[in-house]
Amino acid sequence: MLNRKIQPTITDAVSFDLKLRTCEQYQLDNTIPVYSMNAGTQDVLMIEWVFKAGNWFEQKNIVAGTTNFLLKNGTSTKTAYQINDHFEFYGAYLNRTCYNETASITLHCLSKHINELLPVVAELITDSIFPEEELTTYQQNQKQKLSVNLKKCDFIANRLIDEYVYGFHHPYGKYTSTLDYDQLNRNELIKFFKRFYAEGHCTIFTAGKIPPDLQSQLNKYFGALPLQQRAIPNIQYNLQSSEEKKHQIINDANGVQGAIRIARPFPNKHHPDYQKTQILNNVFGGFFGSRLMSNIREDKGYTYGIHSYIQNHMGETAWMISTEAGRDVCEATISEVYKEMEILRNEPIDEDELSLVKNYMLGTVLGDLDGPFQLIARWKNYVLNNLDEQYFYNSVQLIKSTGAEELNELAKKYLNPEEFYELTVI
Amino acid sequence: MIEYNRFTLDNGLTVLVHEDTATPMAVVNVLYDVGARDEHPEKTGFAHLFEHLMFGGSINIADYDEPLQRAGGDNNAYTTNDLTNYYCQLPAQNIETAFWLESDRMLSLAFSEKSLSVQRKVVCEEFREHYINKPYGDVWKQMRHLAYTVHPYQWMTIGKELSHVENAHIDDVKHFFFKHYRPVNAILVVAGNVKTEDIKQLAQKWFGPIPMGDKYIRCLPQEPVQNQARRLTIEAEVPLDAFVKTWHMDARLNKGYYTADLITEILGGGASSRLYQSLVKEQKLFSNLDCYHFGSLDAGLLTIEGKLVKGVDINKAEQAISEQIAQIQEQPVAIAELTKVKNKTESVIAFEDMSIMSRASSLAMYELMGDASLMNTELEKYQEINPQDIVDYSKQIFRESNSNTLHYLAK
Repeated sequence: MLNRKIQPTITDAVSFDLKLRTCEQYQLDNTIPVYSMNAGTQDVLMIEWVFKAGNWFEQKNIVAGTTNFLLKNGTSTKTAYQINDHFEFYGAYLNRTCYNETASITLHCLSKHINELLPVVAELITDSIFPEEELTTYQQNQKQKLSVNLKKCDFIANRLIDEYVYGFHHPYGKYTSTLDYDQLNRNELIKFFKRFYAEGHCTIFTAGKIPPDLQSQLNKYFGALPLQQRAIPNIQYNLQSSEEKKHQIINDANGVQGAIRIARPFPNKHHPDYQKTQILNNVFGGFFGSRLMSNIREDKGYTYGIHSYIQNHMGETAWMISTEAGRDVCEATISEVYKEMEILRNEPIDEDELSLVKNYMLGTVLGDLDGPFQLIARWKNYVLNNLDEQYFYNSVQLIKSTGAEELNELAKKYLNPEEFYELTVI
Repeated sequence: MIEYNRFTLDNGLTVLVHEDTATPMAVVNVLYDVGARDEHPEKTGFAHLFEHLMFGGSINIADYDEPLQRAGGDNNAYTTNDLTNYYCQLPAQNIETAFWLESDRMLSLAFSEKSLSVQRKVVCEEFREHYINKPYGDVWKQMRHLAYTVHPYQWMTIGKELSHVENAHIDDVKHFFFKHYRPVNAILVVAGNVKTEDIKQLAQKWFGPIPMGDKYIRCLPQEPVQNQARRLTIEAEVPLDAFVKTWHMDARLNKGYYTADLITEILGGGASSRLYQSLVKEQKLFSNLDCYHFGSLDAGLLTIEGKLVKGVDINKAEQAISEQIAQIQEQPVAIAELTKVKNKTESVIAFEDMSIMSRASSLAMYELMGDASLMNTELEKYQEINPQDIVDYSKQIFRESNSNTLHYLAK
């Protein structure tokens, strides 16, 4: 007789021998490092060019982001339309993203089309001209987009909480105004482009079904460019956190929800507490079964979702709690968050809950190691943060071995309400 | 080519197995043949609310998530106007836990009052977060209501209004469950590092004893051909004027659907598409512009939607769109442009098929449409479309009398 009340026998994920697939590494003639993950069943390919060209290096707000955005908008031989038409003809996606320290160009395509696409990517990073008209259209459309976003409480909250934690003059804390868009000029973009792309520093990541001649093709188009030669400027920023810890903003008098953000500064990935705290964070608010979700969504129904996470920065970062809650239960939500912190400080996590979280985390790691794009994303994170595969094995080992007492100590050290910035935007 | 094996249990449950030994994981995907289109017009939002309740404990298992997480697994679900889909992924050696959990909640829910009262609140917050507390959040509420006079696509999955969700009663929950959540109305797909023989045994063991239930026979009122243009103007507290226009298009399996899909790509797919190049870049009438459809199983809507550059007259903007439409109706698309959108389609399919999770949900979806093998012939159907098909279908659907126009203006 089938007993439906008892869970079938499981293999504890804690017993898994997790292996991180090795990433092939080589250099182009001009020393550009290439990391390559040849895996997967579909005939698809991803190549990402990562430049040290984030907003860390700009002297005026939004110059780095605009330069990155407009890389596709014209070279001396091709218009924006011709560039887009070329990539789209081959069913390829060329995206660009600007982060704080780095900025990327990412190509997704069917492997069979790669040789038609590489020379045009090379053209973009050597010969972009940033036409005046493209800049004007961009300014107008970005300002329009901003005006819509400024109506959203979550958008406002995300900007302000970063400002409180890092300060407005820190790359992690600054944000964009209409005036910033108005003040952009073409010459600044050209200058930034030359310094940080055409003569900048690049790392290439490739993944998918890698064609046998990809290395020689990359070398042909990128190996002779004048990259990796000029030193990257050494720029340091100081954190200038807000003096005031608690903030309330009414952005929309008729708003029916409040965006709540609660955050504290937290050390970077190299700090010995970082990986262990990821376990504590999972218990606290890091997944669907976390305490914040169980209490505030699944027991009280105050919100559609509540999460905590450590922001993915290279430098000093922040531990953040984020939710949108009904307007009349915002205060109650905040006090429940602090209550959960208090419980974690005062009581060690019981073994049953901790083993569940560990199994969940390791199961997720196993799932994350599946597929070439996930694997290269993990490697990219390690490479750009000056970490290596040992970091992966340490992390797995810590998930397996960290005990409730240690997590309790971390909770006492980091989960103190008086150290958190708190913001509600309605 | 996605390979799979199919078998059916005595209680009518269809099971598909897709073996992939390259992954250490397994996915268990359960699709129920019920969506928002099957709701009563006075009790909308119920299929989606019900999806939340499926996590509130089943007859023998108090909590769905915990045992799955303990087995190293993760899960989620979604509801559309057409269907409800549940999926979980876990290390392949722990797959029996997924069978245990999914079969128990197919056998019967616990029907907990507490779960219902909490999830009503959670869904109301979801409703507020996405559709009330966002600028332009009610565009689709308005447009669906305008475009559909009888078909239940006239409401969104989240529901027509908060009160429908707030008033959901436990008796509604029970009735809905035993009507729709029966083996005969479900498709189970297992994908990943598994063997079909093992899955046969597990399926028989866990799902075999569940009573078959009655096959749900869908008979929805079909939307009559629209013969007169409908227009609506709304003023709201938004920063920019927005323009939304829809035309009725074919149902999912008809040739017209595939033609419409390519038309949306020609008009609005990417930065080299016609609408973007002409109306955003050259004429500078819109700051963004999209052309899309929802992939609905019943006859859906082809949509053009965008926000106007401040100061542009909305009638002028609409006229410019009409000119682009006239062009696609009158001049056959160049072979290179048609090749471009077909290449793009090929690429989209290849990228979609990368993860076992999306392969599993696609197999379930195509099986629901009639036969999982349709998944492997999709690309051919796009390849067959020629320039004359595009002209003919554009003439057929882009009639003003078949259109619904919404001017969503800043107060």
